[in-house]
Amino acid sequence: MSAADTIFALASGAGRAAVALLRLSGPGAGAALTALAGPLPPPRQASLRRLRDAAGEALDQALVLWFPAPGSYTGEASAEFHLHGGPAVVAAVSEALVAAGARPAEPGEFTRRAFLNGKLDLTEAEGIADLIEAETEAQRRQALRQAGGALSAQVAAWSARLARLLARQEAFIEFEDEDLPAGLNDAVAAEAAALATEMAAQLAAAPRGERLRDGLMVAIIGAPNAGKSSLLNALVGREAAIVSARAGTTRDVVEVRLVLAGVPVTLADTAGLRDAADEIEAEGVKRARRRAEEADVVLAVFAADQPADAETLAAMPTGALVVANKADLAAPGIAGALAVSALTGAGLAELRAALTARAAALAGLTEQATLTRPRHRAAVGEARDWLLGLASAPMPELRAEALRAALRALGRLTGQVGVEAILDLVFSEFCIGK
Amino acid sequence: MMDMTFDVVVVGGGHAGTEAAAAAARCGAKTLLLTHKLETLGEMSCNPAIGGVGKGHLVREIDALDGLMGRAADAAGIHFKLLNRSKGPAVRGPRAQADRGLYRRAVQALLRAQPGLFLVADSAEDLLLDTTGRCIGVVSGNGRRIGAGAVVITTGTFLRGVIHLGEDRTPAGRVGEAPSVGLALALARLGLPMARLKTGTPPRLDGRTIDWAALEAQPGDDPPEPLSWLTQRITNPQVACAITETNEATHAVIRANLHRSAVYGGRIEGVGPRYCPSIEDKVVRFADKGRHQIFLEPEGLPGGEDGDTIYPNGISTSLPAEVQAALIATMPGLSRAVILRPGYAIEYDHVDPRALRPTLELRAAPGLFLAGQINGTTGYEEAGAQGLMAGLNAAALAGGGAANRVLSRAEAYTGVMIDDLVLQGVSEPYRMLTARSEHRLALRADNAGLRLTEQGMAWACVGPERAAAHGAFAKAVAEALAWAREAGATPAQFAAAGIAINQDGRRRSVLEALALPSAADPAPLEALFPRLREMPMAVRTQVEAEALYAPYLQRQAAEMRALEREERLAIPQELDFSAIPGLSTEMRQRLAKAQPATLGSAGRIAGITPAALAALAVHLRRREARFT
Repeated sequence: MSAADTIFALASGAGRAAVALLRLSGPGAGAALTALAGPLPPPRQASLRRLRDAAGEALDQALVLWFPAPGSYTGEASAEFHLHGGPAVVAAVSEALVAAGARPAEPGEFTRRAFLNGKLDLTEAEGIADLIEAETEAQRRQALRQAGGALSAQVAAWSARLARLLARQEAFIEFEDEDLPAGLNDAVAAEAAALATEMAAQLAAAPRGERLRDGLMVAIIGAPNAGKSSLLNALVGREAAIVSARAGTTRDVVEVRLVLAGVPVTLADTAGLRDAADEIEAEGVKRARRRAEEADVVLAVFAADQPADAETLAAMPTGALVVANKADLAAPGIAGALAVSALTGAGLAELRAALTARAAALAGLTEQATLTRPRHRAAVGEARDWLLGLASAPMPELRAEALRAALRALGRLTGQVGVEAILDLVFSEFCIGK
Repeated sequence: MMDMTFDVVVVGGGHAGTEAAAAAARCGAKTLLLTHKLETLGEMSCNPAIGGVGKGHLVREIDALDGLMGRAADAAGIHFKLLNRSKGPAVRGPRAQADRGLYRRAVQALLRAQPGLFLVADSAEDLLLDTTGRCIGVVSGNGRRIGAGAVVITTGTFLRGVIHLGEDRTPAGRVGEAPSVGLALALARLGLPMARLKTGTPPRLDGRTIDWAALEAQPGDDPPEPLSWLTQRITNPQVACAITETNEATHAVIRANLHRSAVYGGRIEGVGPRYCPSIEDKVVRFADKGRHQIFLEPEGLPGGEDGDTIYPNGISTSLPAEVQAALIATMPGLSRAVILRPGYAIEYDHVDPRALRPTLELRAAPGLFLAGQINGTTGYEEAGAQGLMAGLNAAALAGGGAANRVLSRAEAYTGVMIDDLVLQGVSEPYRMLTARSEHRLALRADNAGLRLTEQGMAWACVGPERAAAHGAFAKAVAEALAWAREAGATPAQFAAAGIAINQDGRRRSVLEALALPSAADPAPLEALFPRLREMPMAVRTQVEAEALYAPYLQRQAAEMRALEREERLAIPQELDFSAIPGLSTEMRQRLAKAQPATLGSAGRIAGITPAALAALAVHLRRREARFT
């Protein structure tokens, strides 16, 4: 996988379509484009060309675009072919490109090259990866924000303020006998505390951003034959789980994906909670309990015609969504439970609304969440911790050390702030020197 | 045929040259020092002071390797001050103002006492290169061919030096010294990358014409803290400095004459230092500041040859002489002050230090070393530290070994400076600042000997007197630290001694107790642990620094280990950066220019993006996997 190779890939979806877009990137892009479409067209202008293979056979009439390095997405010489969208045309042009020395790209290789060429920073590259993976509209908006540099911009803004603070602290250390402004030190501590607070706020919003990226996990737990699988099927509107009147039918976890409030949600139907004699069922029960612990939302299902079972009551966390199923058979006796009948569909709309509200609250359709990966949270968390510790540092060089460490932590996200940049700030802000 | 042969020839007798020659001779190399005038060996051509924050650290490092600067400054010092005394030990910087004549004589005495070192008043007019381009000697001013195993050039600002005084310009090195033409041509023939810098100096005032009574006096520290580890006591009488300041009248004079300044009149192309701006610069760039402090520093003891010369620190200028007189007269205490010599700006060429190896040997001419201002630095201390390292490497090379004497960034400010120079080059005269070190808490002026003297002994550049003093001190520090980690007390015992502490039942060591905020008052702790009081101050400083910094250093240990790993990932000298996939043209050029030796050093090059580093790291690891 060398970047000396010239790579191509279908940028539009596979299958029949009006137009198919083939992208080509690498040092041989110009030569390959010439081989198929004749002399290079003017940069970044659409030109209509007849594409031919090496034997001179016409392949398609296509729009071609030429992007000389470094003014392209990857930073390399690149070209685009807007082909007529049939699979045969795409296959023929692909073959001709291979004959011209290019090879099909590996997954993510275009973005990787853009990153290596400094076209994207790591957080923007992550954003683009997320954008391609996005299943829902809300995910797409969040990924787009990151790909557009929202995280970079936020980290860059914090870094710039940290750099200014560090410059002041460094001036105070290096130039003792210059008449620096009074109160320089106190201002540093106050601004550091303000920055720590902002970072803490972003960190508090971060789990929502991460949940939106990864999706929510909802575990359905309850006693055997409380109707968990029926409820799951009713919620997704199809027969995803096997339903039978026999208790203990579901022995492993059954997962179904759906979208609520723009958030991808995984519904997990679990084995009924009871003391199972059967070894396989016992394992299923164990897994059900683990699911309940890991889930973002627990849906605790009771049968309205039965007394609430101790196993489910014990396994259900506070804040669980409590459902009394089989409400068609008896009036639910559990306080605060949502009366539902998977059989008749009564109460399903309310249950769906309750789940949607939970999803929206947890994954928050906030425009604020920029820290969408554990890596981001770790770095910002570390920076915040150093800044919080700064207040108790007894010496200016220790405060400077905390600021440096915080800057380095942020630097891991989008790149370092060098000493020269700090010194520039020192000398532009203060009249120093004798 | 050579007329004479030495192991090492050093050209230039400033602070870099004298340290280089002395260091080479200490290593046992037969060394020749060539300088225009023997009387000006060790001349302080600008500010009569040695040390400061960062610079004081360098002096202590030179001293730890048995160099001259600290000892000479102690012999000549007339005003000592430990800067940043109220801050932590890592950023305290010892500084001494010296009597210029005494300083010269101290340096000259140390050089004369150095066995194996020959001092000759002559110039170097040409370099001798063999057919492979290796430097094998110099041609002196009287035409003698002098062979050498290695040559060190420390000729300061002599390359295309131009002095600007108002509208006048004079080609020169320092005032009254002729620039050397032949050597400049010889260096030009090597095709080295050059750049232009400028620096300035203030006018010198006649102390007898200053109204001292009207000014705030600034006494030095009592007792003074010596710069050298070997100095027991400062014996010179000590003098006070004084402070005056500019005012609106001063600034009005400057603004009215800006067009006549060499800098603002557009006659200077070189870049000046940001940390040492001319008074013109200060008034223009910080227009809202109504006053600038000026320190009046005597250049010598009263009654001595320089006793009446005052260095007004803070008013470097290239305005015409009569304007200088007018602006000086506006300041408190200076209304009748007479200017002995006007200030001026000097422009000069320097060699882009990225042409050097970390040993300060030129990549283009093996056997030829450069040190000091010629490499784009400023300051006696920066020059001295480079001279010392160049001298050590020249001696090693001349002795038939490899020139491989390099201090890392983690070991010394000297290492930080040389790494910065050879990797980043300079965009202004380079001055040492503690901000430049990422290991600031560990690289202290107070522990330079503990950091470096052992290494110096291994390099055979440390004499027996210092070796003995170092051994005794290192042992005392090790014992004191062991005790401070071991000895301790319970919270109840601390409370009984009047020390505020969490009553959590956890026993704390002396080291932990020293880090408590309540340790600011040492008396109760000393009462509880009398050994603290009995400790020599230098030893106790080490214990206190450990107590203060260890928690931070531990917290950063993982990060530092990662840095070290990167530092160990070597970039082979023959590596072709243009063959690394994914590097932009700009990144390739930056890397090719700096020729970093390790991945860590590549990461420090200004402007190298994380993406470029990632590409380089991937390439190196793949390469490593292929070759092992």
